[in-house]
Amino acid sequence: MIAAHNAKRMYRFDLMQRLVARLEHEEAVIGGIGNTNFDLWSAGHRPQNFYMLGSMGLAVPIALGVALAQPNRKVFAVEGDGSLLMQLGCLATVATLGPKNLAILVMDNGVYQITGGQQTPAARADFVAIAQGCGLSHAAWAADETDFERQVGHCLETDGPHVIAVKLDDQPPVSQTERDPPQIRDRFMRGMGAKRSKLPG
Amino acid sequence: MDRPWWRIAVDVLKANEVHLIPYVPDNVLKPLIAALHEDPFFHAFTVAREEEAVGIVAGAWMAGTKGLVLMQTSGFATLANVLASLPCAFQIPVLMMISERGTMGEFNLGQAAVWRTMRPTLEALAMEHHVVTRLDECEFIFDRTIRQAHLTQMPAAIILSPLLTGGKAVTRQVVA
Repeated sequence: MIAAHNAKRMYRFDLMQRLVARLEHEEAVIGGIGNTNFDLWSAGHRPQNFYMLGSMGLAVPIALGVALAQPNRKVFAVEGDGSLLMQLGCLATVATLGPKNLAILVMDNGVYQITGGQQTPAARADFVAIAQGCGLSHAAWAADETDFERQVGHCLETDGPHVIAVKLDDQPPVSQTERDPPQIRDRFMRGMGAKRSKLPG
Repeated sequence: MDRPWWRIAVDVLKANEVHLIPYVPDNVLKPLIAALHEDPFFHAFTVAREEEAVGIVAGAWMAGTKGLVLMQTSGFATLANVLASLPCAFQIPVLMMISERGTMGEFNLGQAAVWRTMRPTLEALAMEHHVVTRLDECEFIFDRTIRQAHLTQMPAAIILSPLLTGGKAVTRQVVA
């Protein structure tokens, strides 16, 4: 059985712009490895963005750590389908802990786009069904851009944890994130209010 | 009477405000895990995989909460990629406390084989690590390792030797 949903294939950069445009309260966004965080970066840097450069599969755990540390701040994990496949167990952990301020955005293009577009081994998998099976009852596919924006609004206005899954087209990322991990970490900590520094940031 | 190693660990973690403890369990760690769950100061919980715990502690630290990952030797062996590319590359003080399996009376050949990878991996990552073998050195090593990690923003590993914990030994081959 092929996954039962009728989601439109959307453009990752467009969705990242729509997400960022909705963030008005210094919400944290953790971008997973590769093209996911490239398009988060391309949508306009915010101090509350963290761009993972390696550690494939850890966007959700990093976001969970941020969410547990700051329960009054909404936190988005933006993770690719191939990355999430590496760490599916984290969905069960999130469901068990139940952080109300965490939202997981699964960017599903069905391929390892950054390495040449090879198919993932999840051709017959449904990430929303997987999330629900782990105990994340607030999980849904976004049918189109309007539905995506509605669901992002729902994540911002109601208690989670939430999961939004989107089907992507095959367009490449707009640009690449500047690869300077300590700088990214320093800016993010300032954005979280976890670090004060007299050094200009 | 002397405090056992796990009580010293609880006291030092508390003194250093290390609050978040994701873990994958081990028999040797049982008394420590039980004490952490009993104390409302700590938020201790299981994760499906050690990599997850490294991500959680990294994220929490960047948002102002200190944490430590508990695991056993075989769990550490799953971590080289994420340690290199997250706490080492981003300079995040992910702390790990590892119960040392696979040596000094180990009965499980798999544990003994994977044990041989731990120190070479830590050395290849140039990661601060200390093996705790004696009760009288426990508090000093725990405390200074944790402090240094936070002050230098670098990850570190504390290895709990069977010399300290008693390990998990059997005295004879078990035949079904």
